[in-house]
Formats: sequence, C-alpha cells, structure tokens
Amino acid sequence: MDFQLTDDQRALRAGMRELLERRFPRTRLRAVVDGDAERGAELDRALWRELGAAGLFALRVPESAGGVGLGLPEAVLAFEEAGRALLPGPLVATELAAGLSGLWAAVGAVPGSSQAGLSGLAAGAVQGETVVTALDVEGARAPVEHLVSADAVLALGPVAVELIPAAEVACAAEPMRSVDPATPLHRTGPIRTRRDQAGPGRSGIAARLRREAALLTAAQQLGSASRTVELAVDHAKRRTQFGRPIGAFQAVQHLCAQMLVRAESSRSVVYAAAVTEDPGDIAAAKLLADEAAVHNARDCLQVHGGMGFTWEADVHLHLKRAWVRAGQWQCAAAAEEELAAGLVSTVERCL
Amino acid sequence: MDLAFTEDEEGFRHRLRAWLADVLPTLPDRPHPADWPGRRAYDCGWQRMLHDAGYAGLHWPEDAGGQGATPTQHLIFLEETERAGAPYVGAGFVGLLHAGPTIAAEGTPEQRARWLPPILRGDEVWCQGFSEPDAGSDLASLRTRAVRDGDTYVVSGSKIWTSHAEIADWCELLVRTAPVNADTPKHRGITWLALPMDAPGVTVRSLRTLAGTAEFAEVFLDEVRVPVGHRVGEENDGWRVTMVTLSFERGTAFVGEVVACRRVLEALARTAKANGRWDDAVLRRRLGRLAAECAALWRLTQWNVSEAQRTGGVPGVGGSVFKLRFSQVRQELYEAAAEVLGPDALDAGQEWVADRLSSLSYTIAAGTSQIQRNIVAERILGLPKGR
Repeated sequence: MDFQLTDDQRALRAGMRELLERRFPRTRLRAVVDGDAERGAELDRALWRELGAAGLFALRVPESAGGVGLGLPEAVLAFEEAGRALLPGPLVATELAAGLSGLWAAVGAVPGSSQAGLSGLAAGAVQGETVVTALDVEGARAPVEHLVSADAVLALGPVAVELIPAAEVACAAEPMRSVDPATPLHRTGPIRTRRDQAGPGRSGIAARLRREAALLTAAQQLGSASRTVELAVDHAKRRTQFGRPIGAFQAVQHLCAQMLVRAESSRSVVYAAAVTEDPGDIAAAKLLADEAAVHNARDCLQVHGGMGFTWEADVHLHLKRAWVRAGQWQCAAAAEEELAAGLVSTVERCL
Repeated sequence: MDLAFTEDEEGFRHRLRAWLADVLPTLPDRPHPADWPGRRAYDCGWQRMLHDAGYAGLHWPEDAGGQGATPTQHLIFLEETERAGAPYVGAGFVGLLHAGPTIAAEGTPEQRARWLPPILRGDEVWCQGFSEPDAGSDLASLRTRAVRDGDTYVVSGSKIWTSHAEIADWCELLVRTAPVNADTPKHRGITWLALPMDAPGVTVRSLRTLAGTAEFAEVFLDEVRVPVGHRVGEENDGWRVTMVTLSFERGTAFVGEVVACRRVLEALARTAKANGRWDDAVLRRRLGRLAAECAALWRLTQWNVSEAQRTGGVPGVGGSVFKLRFSQVRQELYEAAAEVLGPDALDAGQEWVADRLSSLSYTIAAGTSQIQRNIVAERILGLPKGR
C-alpha cells in the first residue's frame, strides 16, 4: 500500500494548475462573471479547444484512440485543479462523452443502440472541439448547464445512455436565471431516453457513468474547498483589526482550522474513491466534498467580513458553483441512502 | 496512489489472522473494568502471548527488541486485531506507545537493556506523569520540582489524569529542573525521569470519571528520591525528548478505534432494522452520513501511514486533522446510537452506554480540540501566533 501521489501524478497536477493560471487567470474568470448577461452565458470555445489540446478530456481515453491512456485518479487530480480555478463549462459531461466510444467497446453494445450515431455526436469531444453537457433523467433532475453553448447532451436514463443533439433538448427547455453567473442553467421538460428499460440498475453503463460523474464533480468540489481555505488564510494574515492581523484571533483561527479539516478529510476519500471506484467510496466522496465546498465557501465569506458580501470578492463565486455542483449527480440524500444501504448489506467491505 | 497491499503485506496479514484465530479462543474472560489487578493480569498476559509469537513491539526498531515492521504492517496488525476482537493494548499503552519508544530513541544502552525487555514481555507497566492540576493543555507550565542532591533528584509536586497509575511499576515523569525566568523559557527547564511507583513518598489517589469508573488517578510526590541514572536525555532537555516521543505515533494511534466505529455503525444499522427505527429516513440518512465520515477517517489513516512510510515518520498535516475529525465523529456516532436505541439509552447497564460516556473524553484527552485547532491554524496554515 502506498496511498500517496506518484511523482507523475504530482507533475500532472502541477501542470494543470500552471496551465489554468496561464489560460484561465482570475481576470478571465471576472470577465465571464462581470460581462454582459448575453456574453456571460456563452462558453469560450477557444479556451475549450485549448483545454482539449492540453489533454483534459483525453486523460482516460486509451492511447490507441488518441488519448493519454491514464486512469480515474489522474482525471480526478485534473478536475480538482479545474474546481480550484472555478473553470466554467460542462467539463464532466464532455470528459465522459470523450471516453464513451471506448467504454462502449469495453462493455459491449446495448441491444438496439446505434453506436455510430453516438460516436458521431461525441466525435471531437476528446480534442475539445465538441461541447457536451449532461442530463440525468433519473432522480432529482438537476437543471442542464451550458445548454445553449453545447453541441450534444449526454442523457442518462435508468439504464440506457444516449447522446442527443443539444438543439433538440433546447427546444423543450426553459432558461433559468442561474444563481451562478458563470453557469447558465436550463430546466428541461419531460425527456425519456429512447431505449430505456425499467428500473434503476447498479451495473451497466448508465450506473457507471453516474458514479464517474459524481466522483469528477466531487473532485472539483475538493479543489474549490482547498482554494477557499487559501483565500481565507491569506485574508486573515493581511487584514488588520484592533492593531493585529485578524488571523491572530482564536475565533478566526478556529474557523480556518475547521476549513482545513473539512478539505483534507474529503481529499482522502475522494482520492481513495478514484483508486477503488467503489460505489460506497464514491458516495462518501461526493457527500463530503459537497459539504466541504459549500461550508468552506461560507466560512471563507465569514472570514472576509463585509468584503466577503461584495460582488468583487470571488468568495460568492465559489459558494454559488458549489451549490450548483452539490445538486448535480449524486446529491446528499441519494449519497446518504446509498451509504446507509451499504451498512446493512451482507457484503464484506474493506473496512 | 496504490491501495493494494504487496505480497509480503498480504502474507503478514494471513499469518496474523491464522494466529489470532488459534489463540483468541484460549483467552480467559475479560475482567470487570473496576478490577485493576485483574485488568493488569489480563492485558499483560495478552502482551506476553504477542511477545512469544513475535508480535511484541511490532513497529519498534529491531535494535530495541522490536520487529522493525513498516507502518503499513503496523496498520494491518491494528486492523486485524481489532476486527478479530483481540484485547486492546490496555495497560501496556504508555510503555509500548510512549515511554518505550522514548527510551529506545533517547536512552543509554543500560537504560534500554533495563526497561525495554520488560515492556515488550508484559512484565512491567508504565504510566504517564505529564499533566498537572495547573498544567494540562499548557504542559510547559508544569511545576513539579526536582532538586539535585548528589546522585539523586528530590522530586515534589503532583500529577493528575494519570491513567493506569494504580497498577503501574514506572512513571514517565516530566519535572522542572530550572526555574522559569526571563532567560529560561518555561519549556527549557524540563527533565524526563523514570520514576519507580513504589518509591517512598509516592501516593496514588484514584479519580472517578463521569462514567463512574476509576480510569485515572492523581499522583502526589513528596520528596521522592529518583537516581540521576533514571534520567533519559540531558537535564533541562525533557521537552525535546517528549516531542520526539510524540512523533512516534505516525498516524496509527487510533486505528483500532476507527475500525471499531465502523463496526458500531453496522451494529446500529442492524438494531435499527430490528426495532423499526430504520424506517425513519432522517435517522437512516444520519447513519449513512456517519458511514461517509468513517470511510474518510479510514482513508485519512491510510494516507497518513503511507506518508509516514515515505518520510520515515515525520508527521505531516494529517495528525491534527485526523484527531479533530475523529474525536468529533466518535461523539456523533454515540449521539446517533442513542436515537436508535431510544429508552435503552438511559440504561447504564447497557455496555454501549459506557462507550457513549467515554467518547466524551476524546475531544479533551491527548490535546483538546481547541488546542488542536490552534496547532492547525498556527503550525500548518501559518496564521500569526494568537492568544
């Protein structure tokens, strides 16, 4: 057992951080957030292609299919950095779509599915030429993000997986005024995937994609949770009140310490879930990472005081994005139910 | 990142499992918690069995009589013994986890030969004389004095919260050997001594915990004479010696308890299914959330152990983070248990009620959660020194 990052994994994470600092600096984030309502909703295609060229969507695609040939742990590390930088866009859905044809080949065809059609719509996702967003027909029905900018929608039914042209979904969708200024959202009407059979399955492609989506979303939450610790600590060191930095006051110190505890506890289980791909580990990862991202953003806001309540400070952007992600894929209730079920299952677990 | 165990590690686990299956049925019944001589005999007997089977001082260096096991092997040992329901280290705690490693690292060859083998064999029990009535979290403020008189120290003062003092042969004692003044910061004048508990002038008075049991004691020291040869490390260097000791825990201090938390949680789920409380979605989800917390604690432990293995035992961020989260989760676990069990939660005859009560000590013992947060804020996050 060696549960530490390898040198290659460290290098990958550092490379991703450096790339995002160059290509998506804070000024660019603020341009998205502060731009006019119309432009703000548009996804930056040039940036998307740069991310594709850098391999963000190809990390798990086999080398034989033009990918990097790495695994879920590497994707998790890259997505953690994306979350740290508040990179907007349907990153998870595009990453999943990029790996779809390989996955299809690995698990075998679903009866009646037109693999060619699927692959056609997802073509270009690996390179960042195609933008794919997602729609989970099951469960809480999270709003669809970046629908107007997307080319295709990855629709997950109870069992089946389908790619639908985005325009087809958009004509039956209603735009929302999204709480997160960098993530446009649409409510969708009742959509049924075409080949769906009954009943939620724990195996099969849809279940697998749901788990991977939950984990990659958790990774972004982890990145955001770590970033807000840094923002709070930096502010607490600089901001002076009563003649000393506020970080010298125990009340502020303890807020910051709890933030670190949340971030690091969720880090351990997010990384472990990336290695084991165990449904219970993934549920724990999503649950704790959601909580870490939301609560750390709130505590960070508190440490910033009145400054934290302004549009200029980035704190609210972390909080709003964390809310959006917490509602995507496996939300708290679903994760807790899955973990509770694991407690009474007869299957011997690793602990 | 690799969570798989090597062939060697799996082999170690397999042998240990087989040995545990053989020996555990031969153990006598556990003594009543109030029966201190019985507890000593039971815990020391178990230590003797470990010793004879080659598992004593697993993570101690070989030149100190230990097995020189890797942190991962130690993790496997703690996981397997807890799973099998083997006895906990119990009365051997201070000797095996604290005093022994300190003597191994800082003692003279004579001191190592005198004190280490009896600890490993389960022949001698140690207690810890650190805390005082006015020096608990602020340990460096301790006032028990040792005055040099020829080749002995004359020790006077008192210690408190001393676990196992009733049955200990030796006490790892921190004393003040230089007065605190402008030139000597308070942690500079401290010395580490091995105090024989049967020396004239040593009085032990049991303290009753809120659980109604005598888990720890006060120790009064009235001009107790301790040979200078019982000093480990240099005079006035005891603070550094103590810090060396604290770094030995390497993230494994609570492995057994984390495994136990998961077991308690599974038992609670079974109970809730049986008594119908499982149908309450709020309670069920609360247990699910605790399962996530247990998973995180387990993964954090594996992370810390792997880090220790790579760095050779230098403690990283993980220790304080783990301690803070673990002590809180353990208390939340027993709060949830009370909900599952309903009126039985008020029956002190139930075994788990004692665990619920003892969980209250976790945010206090071994550095309160408040002190741990100060450590995280100042030493890890680099915030300015506070008040």
